[in-house]
Amino acid sequence: MDIGIIKYGLGNIASVFHSLKSVGSSPLVIENPSEIRNVDKIILPGVGNFTRSKKILDMNGWTEEILNATQNLEKPLLGICLGMQLLAEWGYEGLLADEDTRTSGLGLIKGDVVKLTKLGCDERIPHMGWNTVKWNVCSPLLEGIPNNSDFYFVHSYAFVPNKISEIVATSNYSISINAVVNKNNIWGTQFHPEKSSKAGLKIMENFANF
Amino acid sequence: MLKKRIIPTLLYKEMGLVKGSKFNSWRRVGPVLPSIKVYNTREVDELIFLDIAATQNKSDIDYETIREFSKFCFVPLTIGGGINNINQVNKLLEIGADKISINSSAYENPRLIEEVANQYGSQCVVASIDAKKTGNKWTCFSNSGTKDKKINPITWSKKLEELGAGEILITSIDKDGTNEGYDYDLISEITSQVKVPVIASGGAGKYDDMYKAIDISGASAVAAASIFHFTEMTPMEAKLFLDKKGISIRKNYVMTK
Repeated sequence: MDIGIIKYGLGNIASVFHSLKSVGSSPLVIENPSEIRNVDKIILPGVGNFTRSKKILDMNGWTEEILNATQNLEKPLLGICLGMQLLAEWGYEGLLADEDTRTSGLGLIKGDVVKLTKLGCDERIPHMGWNTVKWNVCSPLLEGIPNNSDFYFVHSYAFVPNKISEIVATSNYSISINAVVNKNNIWGTQFHPEKSSKAGLKIMENFANF
Repeated sequence: MLKKRIIPTLLYKEMGLVKGSKFNSWRRVGPVLPSIKVYNTREVDELIFLDIAATQNKSDIDYETIREFSKFCFVPLTIGGGINNINQVNKLLEIGADKISINSSAYENPRLIEEVANQYGSQCVVASIDAKKTGNKWTCFSNSGTKDKKINPITWSKKLEELGAGEILITSIDKDGTNEGYDYDLISEITSQVKVPVIASGGAGKYDDMYKAIDISGASAVAAASIFHFTEMTPMEAKLFLDKKGISIRKNYVMTK
């Protein structure tokens, strides 16, 4: 059961790779969209800007392959940080200061990606560091991890799904932040499991065992 | 709620880990890999790895060691030492660093801080300051404490924040390796002047020193090297101590078992 890590731009994917290896999985770094056909599961990492990343996914043919693999073939996908935000329908993180421009995401989970300050967050931005994550529902992704464990976050935008039932876990940073989302075979974590020590590695292990 | 962090600092010099006192008389601590494995099992919040010989020797940072090191590091990893251009930053992030610490080169080329922040975000830039007290005034020093920059660290930290630094790592050269406690006044001055998180470094000798740096001086994180290298004290015990004192720390699920 191979897991493909999508390498579509800049960012630290070495940690995602090593974390999967450490839990006994055999990850592949995928640099060509058609290679998605050869793996059973997909991880969409992400560091950076929503609009820029979505453009890269669209232009290089990633979007089409991801949609085919997840919608037609129902392969499990885990989006991490910006990778989770890209699951949304719309993102409000533009390339320029024009914050009202919206960019379409992958649309795998309906909802918007909005700046933390617009959601009413009055704490320091980015939300960076270890924060407590509270489960809303039981989930196979969180199996074996106690509720209220800490995970490592770094982000200035947050994903707000339309359906509350698709929010698996939340964190608090003067506002409620959606930390884990899920719809059918699609999963996302706002925090970085690959940098969240044992609790995070357990998430990688759970995903690898799906 | 965001947690206060405990960060072991690993100083690397010519193939191994070292620790000195007041930026001098370096003692060998041992090889790199066993240390990081121990820290992983001890569940630290973050690690800082500084190649202290890189700037002095005008050599490039040891990428191969870092590549090996990051394979076993599943907490945020900050790398520093001799970084003076964006290409080094690209390479370090690609091989597993999460944040880059910039010290000496920021004095000659402050734009580097700006450049890295623009490209990768402020959360990626840890601006590091080494300060020493002369009379009753602090001054910044570069090149592992050898060059007096004749700049006040409080003024400099504000400038670094303005340029886009996401965190300030402040080390007291006077307190470094002494186990006498942090320079609380210096840390307080900086935390009161900048909005970004401040990591206190230099001088930790007991858990209560960490408590004071957080509670009195307002540090968001405490770094320490000697007490973890040369004593029986551990990051996990430090956390238990801080927790009892009412500081919000990361309780991982291994600890609660």
